[in-house]
Amino acid sequence: MSNWTLSDLKVWNDRIENIAKEMGLDYFPQEYEVCDYHDMLGYQSYVGMPTRYPHWSFGKAFEKQHTMYKLGMSGLAYEMVINTNPCLAYLMIDNPLAMQVLTMAHVYGHNDFFKNNIHFSHTRPELALEMFRLHSNRVRSYIETPSIGIEKVERILDAAHSIRYQTDRNLLIKSLDVQEQKNNFYKNLNREPDPWDHLKPQDSRTQYDFEPDPVLDLLGFIADNNKYLEDWERDLLNMVKKESLYFLPQMETKVMNEGWASFWHFTILNRLELPADMHMDLIRSHNQVIRPHVGGLNPYHVGYTIFTKLAGSDGHQIKYDIDPQIFEVRTVDRDISFLRRFLTQELADELHLFEYQQRGTRITISEVADDDGWNKVKNTLLKNIGSNSIPIIKVQEVNPRKNTLILKHEYDERELELNYTRKTLEHIHTLWKNPIVLDTTVDNRSVRCTFSDGNFTVEES
Amino acid sequence: MAIFRDYSTQKRDRSASDRQRHKELVRKKIKDGIADIIAEEAIIGQNRNKKIKVPIKGVKEYQFVFGKNEKGAAQGTGQEKKGQVIQDNRQKGGQKGIGEAGNSPGEDIYETEITIEEAVNMMFEDLELPDLDRKKFFQTEAETLRKLLGYQKKGIRNRLSKRKTMINRIKRMKAQQPEENESFPFHNNDLVYRRLTIDIKENSNAVVFCIMDTSASMDQIKKYLARSFYFLLYTFLKNRYRNTEIVFIAHHTEAKEVNEKDFFHKVESGGTMISSGYKKAIEIIEQRYNPAIWNIYAFHCSDGDNFSSDNKSAIEAATALAQVCNLFGYGEIKPNTSYSWSSMIDEYKRINEENFIALKIRSKENIWPALKKFLTLDKNGVLDD
Repeated sequence: MSNWTLSDLKVWNDRIENIAKEMGLDYFPQEYEVCDYHDMLGYQSYVGMPTRYPHWSFGKAFEKQHTMYKLGMSGLAYEMVINTNPCLAYLMIDNPLAMQVLTMAHVYGHNDFFKNNIHFSHTRPELALEMFRLHSNRVRSYIETPSIGIEKVERILDAAHSIRYQTDRNLLIKSLDVQEQKNNFYKNLNREPDPWDHLKPQDSRTQYDFEPDPVLDLLGFIADNNKYLEDWERDLLNMVKKESLYFLPQMETKVMNEGWASFWHFTILNRLELPADMHMDLIRSHNQVIRPHVGGLNPYHVGYTIFTKLAGSDGHQIKYDIDPQIFEVRTVDRDISFLRRFLTQELADELHLFEYQQRGTRITISEVADDDGWNKVKNTLLKNIGSNSIPIIKVQEVNPRKNTLILKHEYDERELELNYTRKTLEHIHTLWKNPIVLDTTVDNRSVRCTFSDGNFTVEES
Repeated sequence: MAIFRDYSTQKRDRSASDRQRHKELVRKKIKDGIADIIAEEAIIGQNRNKKIKVPIKGVKEYQFVFGKNEKGAAQGTGQEKKGQVIQDNRQKGGQKGIGEAGNSPGEDIYETEITIEEAVNMMFEDLELPDLDRKKFFQTEAETLRKLLGYQKKGIRNRLSKRKTMINRIKRMKAQQPEENESFPFHNNDLVYRRLTIDIKENSNAVVFCIMDTSASMDQIKKYLARSFYFLLYTFLKNRYRNTEIVFIAHHTEAKEVNEKDFFHKVESGGTMISSGYKKAIEIIEQRYNPAIWNIYAFHCSDGDNFSSDNKSAIEAATALAQVCNLFGYGEIKPNTSYSWSSMIDEYKRINEENFIALKIRSKENIWPALKKFLTLDKNGVLDD
């Protein structure tokens, strides 16, 4: 049984909130829902959303987390905060008061981060719950439409999910539309566009013919350009795209967001003037949260360590003036730029970072954070952070002869897993309904993967 | 000042239907993959209550991912040395906290334990004996229909009667007259479930003839394939239909009716005269199974290595047999490892009976598709390899 009542939580929250405000946190109005572990598992499998469209993958996520929890393989989230305005957070009913206090302090960190980090600026947190609810209603109505039904809806959703992160990764970087690209191209070339350019045979292109940049937004490209899609199919694609764009910034700022929230819960707790026994409990919980995960990467630990350094602390003392530049960092950076800027050799060493590689069935350490290796370790880490861990697949063009969709993998020394590639191309084929070609690199050779008429082939190109 | 919403006592289980759907998909995967498992030699002839373990790859969510040459970065203890081998028991970090959109492919392997009987039931779920006509005297019974017996307070979710439940809620609401705008949740006592019973559907009489070539040319592999085929057929019939009669005929140059045990276990030898098996079947039909009353199915497995002098009469007998049967399936056992000089499939191209199906069985992987093709009267690709 828990040792607190709702009014205890309110009292503590008010004290926490006052400190948070005093220290300069700028947050959305906060709302909490107290729930039990079954609900928490449920929220976790729907990425926190109280309503979400039905799909078996959420059921799978639930089963997996439930099993892992039962087997003691993973703990349960002790808190969840979602990017909405008002900001919604869940508290577990089974947690003791000390844990709730820590959690509430942590929540204000996330809340401030969602409100101020520039990569969240497009997510419309005031409309988020409504968006998810509307999507859910629409998917349900398609499932209930006799001519569509669950299997057809699933086919499209499965396929859309397979490329959900193949979309504009960083909305802050404005991509030029084709006309703008064209203007720039001819401006640089100092010649007028030939009105018959588009009629020239494709292989006779010279360097003086304009070719548009490959498009990063595969999911959006198919939704916008496949005229064979039915309205409901296109609607599903756009829905998945919108939701992915909503979630992407969370993927891109995992280390920062957790680090920021952990930094603030620790700072706030130290100003709360807690009774000694409670303080000890809290320090214990805090250490539990930010302990390094040997063999893995604990974003709480990495982010917390960097933010405390930036704030001017060694991570143990709290008697210091917080360097106000951290507010600027939390506004402008995302994990990739954050780590690139602030992960020094000293920090890499302190975090005991290393690089590993799989050889056969064994995993060996290939670099450690010493004078020679730390930069390599850092670069590898950067490659595995946020959307950098997902291959980039761009749309090159549509070949008009067979309406073939030609894709290009931006090769960066990392090969695609070919079995997954085949299955994903199959999914894309479901959406494009015409042949798909993907150019990539395997064993340092350029290859072309083709999916057409149910067949997958890989040929050297 | 933050708003707190109390732990709600209205239990809702919002992921229930998505979990259900996921389970269905896993089950489908088991079903698709089970034919390979069931055709394992060790299972043929086993006690049907024997439990077998089936490893199932989870339903994967495919996307573009990096392959073998991807390097990773992790935190250690500070004692790590270059070249050191670390075990592959890395725990994935950071499951707590805000929801993260997962992006790493996981191998989710479910291992489930099912009995052979359950497995066979799953395989044959959608199959029926084809063209089962209503003949005069009903005798064959099949468990098919589920009949509504009434309602009950407890039950499984699928059988929730939404209408009755809703009515109960409305009744309670009328009785309590809650304030307007006050939410009026469902109460456990509102829930009503349908009570179902398995109904026995009566089918017409059916008899299945299993005719097997037991001549010397049917070596171990061929006999194993043929017996696997009949084992599946036999299990299917026993599980799905009550009172279906099964007649076993073993033939080489002569044919005789044998019992189940001899059919599956006895070894014979000698030359081959396929017509003998068919003639025996026709003889038995004339004596015991009047086609006006019985649905008759016949299956014949042979390597097709017939005395050529018998070919003409085999075709005639096959045609005659097909004419009294609902379905006559011929499975030619031609493993890739052995070479046969002759093939009856080529001879049987001359048979023009709608319900005659001939196809090749090359390996144990072919057995299940072959049986499926027979039972769905699928003549497509019949003569293909």
